[in-house]
Amino acid sequence: MIRTLMISDLHLCRGDRSLFRGLGLRIEAGEAVALTGRNGAGKTSLLRAVAGLIRPTEGEISFTDADGAPLPTEDARSRDLHFLSHQDGLKPGRTAWEELLFQVLWTGGQRTDAEAACVRLDLGRLRDLEVRKLSAGQRRRLALARLIASPRRLWLLDEPLAPLDAERRVAFGEIMAEHLAGGGLILAAVHDPLPIPTRGLEVGA
Amino acid sequence: MIAILTNPQRFMALSAWAAPTLGAIAAVLGLTGLWFDFIAPPDYQQGYTVHLMFIHVPAAWLSLFVYVCLGAASFIGLVFRAPIADAAARAAAPLGAGFTFLALATGSLWGRPMWGTWWVWDARLTSVLVLFLFYLGYLALQSAIDDEAKASRACAILALVGLINLPIVHFSVVWWNTLHQGASVFRAGGPAMPPAYLVPLLTLALAYTAAFGSLWLVRIRAEVWRRRANVLALRAAG
Amino acid sequence: MTGLRALLGRELALSWGRGGGALLALAFYLAMATLLPLAAGPEPARLAAVAPGSAWLALALASLLSLERLFERDYEDGALDLLALGPAPLEAVAFAKCLAQWITTSAPLALMAPVVATALGAPPDLAPITVVAALAGGLGFSFCGGIGAALSLGSRRGGVLIAVIVLPLFAPPVIFGAGAIEAFGAGLDWKTGMALLGAYSLSAVAVGPFAMAAACRNALS
Repeated sequence: MIRTLMISDLHLCRGDRSLFRGLGLRIEAGEAVALTGRNGAGKTSLLRAVAGLIRPTEGEISFTDADGAPLPTEDARSRDLHFLSHQDGLKPGRTAWEELLFQVLWTGGQRTDAEAACVRLDLGRLRDLEVRKLSAGQRRRLALARLIASPRRLWLLDEPLAPLDAERRVAFGEIMAEHLAGGGLILAAVHDPLPIPTRGLEVGA
Repeated sequence: MIAILTNPQRFMALSAWAAPTLGAIAAVLGLTGLWFDFIAPPDYQQGYTVHLMFIHVPAAWLSLFVYVCLGAASFIGLVFRAPIADAAARAAAPLGAGFTFLALATGSLWGRPMWGTWWVWDARLTSVLVLFLFYLGYLALQSAIDDEAKASRACAILALVGLINLPIVHFSVVWWNTLHQGASVFRAGGPAMPPAYLVPLLTLALAYTAAFGSLWLVRIRAEVWRRRANVLALRAAG
Repeated sequence: MTGLRALLGRELALSWGRGGGALLALAFYLAMATLLPLAAGPEPARLAAVAPGSAWLALALASLLSLERLFERDYEDGALDLLALGPAPLEAVAFAKCLAQWITTSAPLALMAPVVATALGAPPDLAPITVVAALAGGLGFSFCGGIGAALSLGSRRGGVLIAVIVLPLFAPPVIFGAGAIEAFGAGLDWKTGMALLGAYSLSAVAVGPFAMAAACRNALS
């Protein structure tokens, strides 16, 4: 179970372009960090690097558990991390419930957790609709549902609340606060402030 | 050898003298081989067209040798993440495709007087043709991916898959040929090679290898310079 | 394991596409089988001579059709990110995808193969071996095709590029399968060809997922 995320001296490149150098960050359980910066600064790339999808040119990303012992990064990434990009990965021809159930089962949750998440995020009416018939906000809520259903400590979110309206944002803010209170970590790339208290980190300054 | 491919400075220093040296060796061996070729007696069966064999057979050998080099460079590039090795693999591919095409073209020309047709599907020529398709696939993939680093890695994976498949393909083509025997009059392997032919053949094969080595090094050097120029241009653009 | 089972179920559902996936491959197969006599002339003797081989070739080409969707859709909509961060390694994901493709596309094609071969003039008693060869070869076509599909992720050219990469890899199973079928028809030893076909397909199943996973990781990076 991830307790701390540590990034030191990170240097990321995309193609021939160097995004940023010497980035350091430490997030403890119960903390949320908001990444800010202009478009193309490297916020998404940083999230993908933490998730292990991009290999850093220099620097180190590591996780430690509750006792302070280092966790093997492969395990931590495949079992204890949620990565939600601004794409939701939902297949248009399948129903909302089918997709949610798959995503929950895939990330280690149970069917009952998926049911509970449906109720919590007010997705009941949408369950049997095909994903292509959902609005952007509904799709985003569906994508967010797996965060609650499958318990994983570290949430890497790329502009998570963008398509949601103000009321839903507040509702999800409560969910995020609960996650942090339970010992979770959140690292989110945002343009607007999140509805929870966060530390800020400007990328590519 | 691996150190040379992982360290750009050492590679550039080595290739600065190695490339022209290999080129000179290639020229000398090539002229010697051709001289041996011309003094060799014409084959009683093939007449003067046997001279085409001296161009065709080494080209076929080289087409395979270059693919193995391509595979080795790809492997080093994948495992050690060395950009020079990636550049070496990419540089070798068009050269290999060229040798393969030369082998196919001269094979066709060589066979025409003997078989009466422009092409015959015997085991060796068909294997070389499939090898040509492997090269074409590699070149197609290389040009289809925009991001250079990603293109190199994808091509490297393809090269290794192809390398593993080559013996299987050759075996399957030979097997196929034995199934459909009777259609082809040209036995795989050809007639026994008299020593008068062996000398020019080997000399020309070495000449081809040296020529490949020289051209390969030159192409890799050009690639290194191109990347340096790119970096400078990006830096100047701010 | 529940994760992998859920993945296989999803892949089967997506690949089947309410019949669309299989239907497309079958339609293509029939179209090719129709074009062959249109191109070569309807003379029964000439068609019958190449019937088993061309039916086999058309099968190989038909299995290329659904390859483009194998990884590309997941790559484009971000699902591949999720699959890369799950409980199972990407190699297992690739295996599940190709297996699902074999079940939903190659199996119907295998059942259609003897029909096509007979329509082109092959003797009907070749039907059983055609089905078996098509099933065994289809496995090889799916897994080799998957390698091509994974390598061309993020490229500009899609379907034709996959075909160009993959067709040289198809040479051995095409040779072995057609050889086995024709040997059976001529009363000669067909077991060798069949064994070689099976061996090739199993090697593709064993080695292919590693190449596919490496290609996917490269595309995601």
